[in-house]
Amino acid sequence: MRLLDIQNLHTTFDIHVGHVQAVRGVTLHVDEGETVGIVGESGSGKSVTMLSVMHLLPDYARIEADKLTFGDLDLTRASVNTFRKLEGDEIGMVFQDPMTSLNPLFTVGQQLMEPLRIHKKMSKTQAKERVLEILRTIQMPDPESRLKQYPHELSGGMRQRVMIGMAIACNPRLIIADEPTTALDVTIQAQILELLMDLKKRLNTSIIMITHDLGVIAGMCSRVMVMYGGRIVEEGTLREVFYDPKHPYTWGLLRSIPQRQGERQRLVPIPGSPPDLIAPPPGCPFAPRCPYAMRICNSALPEHRSLSDTHKVSCYLLDEGAPKVEWGGRAR
Amino acid sequence: MAQYILKRVLSGALTILILMTVTFFLMHAIPGSPFVKGEQNMPEELLARLEEKYGMDKPLWQQYLTYLKNFLTGDFGDSFKKADTSVNEIIGRGFPISARVGAVAVVVSVVVGLGLGILSAVRRGSLFDGGAMVFATIGISVPTFVTAVLLMYLFAGVLKILPTYGLTTWKHYILPVTCLSFSPIAYIARMTRSSMLEVMQQDYIRTARAKGVKEFMVILQHGLRNAILPVVTYLGTLIASLLTGTFVVERLYAIPGIGKYYVDSISARDYNVILGLTVFLGIFVVICNIVVDVLYCIIDPRVKISE
Repeated sequence: MRLLDIQNLHTTFDIHVGHVQAVRGVTLHVDEGETVGIVGESGSGKSVTMLSVMHLLPDYARIEADKLTFGDLDLTRASVNTFRKLEGDEIGMVFQDPMTSLNPLFTVGQQLMEPLRIHKKMSKTQAKERVLEILRTIQMPDPESRLKQYPHELSGGMRQRVMIGMAIACNPRLIIADEPTTALDVTIQAQILELLMDLKKRLNTSIIMITHDLGVIAGMCSRVMVMYGGRIVEEGTLREVFYDPKHPYTWGLLRSIPQRQGERQRLVPIPGSPPDLIAPPPGCPFAPRCPYAMRICNSALPEHRSLSDTHKVSCYLLDEGAPKVEWGGRAR
Repeated sequence: MAQYILKRVLSGALTILILMTVTFFLMHAIPGSPFVKGEQNMPEELLARLEEKYGMDKPLWQQYLTYLKNFLTGDFGDSFKKADTSVNEIIGRGFPISARVGAVAVVVSVVVGLGLGILSAVRRGSLFDGGAMVFATIGISVPTFVTAVLLMYLFAGVLKILPTYGLTTWKHYILPVTCLSFSPIAYIARMTRSSMLEVMQQDYIRTARAKGVKEFMVILQHGLRNAILPVVTYLGTLIASLLTGTFVVERLYAIPGIGKYYVDSISARDYNVILGLTVFLGIFVVICNIVVDVLYCIIDPRVKISE
């Protein structure tokens, strides 16, 4: 069953230098119990997409969508208050930087109890009991004494566990994790991902995983969306995107993953820099950096082409008359 | 914590000692004496008697030691000018009056200042924000004696709705309190606005919203508590300066507070009163600062007391 359905989402920031078109027509959905990955580089619009959906952007952001539903709720024209009622309750969010995402002046216990007090109307004692239970679920050592500690007394990994604890406090149907492991070191990263997977299995929650790390996606997600320049350029199942990628940007991403086995090779960077989103190019946003770009790529946006029920690519190379370019990378 | 407070009290005591010493010698370095006024000369004999009575015939260092000894027993000495009035009595009479007006002014400043600051920050760029900030700039730049005279002229002179002197009814408080809190309101409003603007962009504010916290509580609980720290720092100095009386406002509104005595004592070279009041104000400022620092630790758990 569809849990989250977004159609043709546009997000524009009206700032003094112009209108930054951060998200340009994103359509995506998440089914119940599904883990979906959104991948792309900084500024590709992956975080803004989810923050728009949750109405967590500053008020100079303009958000428009043809359709936005969560479960049975139509949120297309919902007020901010409607979103606040969902958030923390049915939708939990985990943010990138656990160092700055927790309020430094409140104890861990107070911050964990907040969603329970607001959404479940729990008393202090009830909330405290539930928080202890959550702390045990997120494998926090010594939960009793953690309650009274402040965020600055915890390590980065511990703080991210607290963030996850806050997100799952009310047993949400959807967890949106925005680069949950980027600010952590590698061993802690693995622990946090394991914890998320474990929680997902136990609570049957859907997860949207926003990341620039294809390794994270490969380990967790069943479906992947690749974003570039505020648009989804390729989407498909994990298998389709990793073993049969069709978009040159996806190729570039896959080539820039460090290899653990085999011969040591230089990483292949994607030359150039992301497009200016105040005046985005009329054509494919990746065209200026694409080694296979044709004349048409610079003048008109390519349509989404369906290669299967799940695999969609937006690239002119798939046209019949286009030169045949094959992905020569290794399947991983 | 107790150790920290003790340390602060000791360093405060040292501050007071230095303040007292410097004031004592500076005061005596100013030409003139309490008993000589302009050309009017007192008979030599009488002058000698007076100086003997107040111990001024002794060398300066001896006078200083005597003063120090009396001070340690809590005695600020007698006024040179007002017969049979001790400095302790002057403080006892003036301070409660100054403190009462000052306390009202502090409350008004904090409530109005915080309110203006928060609203401007939340509605940044709005007409309200613009108006509040123009008001704040005026409040900071216009000196008290100008506002005091203007307000007196408008409300007492032209409109004739408020009294200009004394402190008998609540109406008497309106004008002096307005004058006293005018520029603190401006300072607090500006400070609150800028620190609130910064805090509201922090990640933990987004986290609070993502937890479903209502915007009102996001601002007051998660935002204000973080944004209030610089205001608390300013509050120490503000409370000390308002509660201990202000020369201009007390003089203009004929409030018999401590400030009036202070000004009078300086022009009269009333050594004991000058010194006594200076030290008293000094002690008050030191105490206020200690209280603020302790408060700071309570509000922000990250502030670690260095042992």
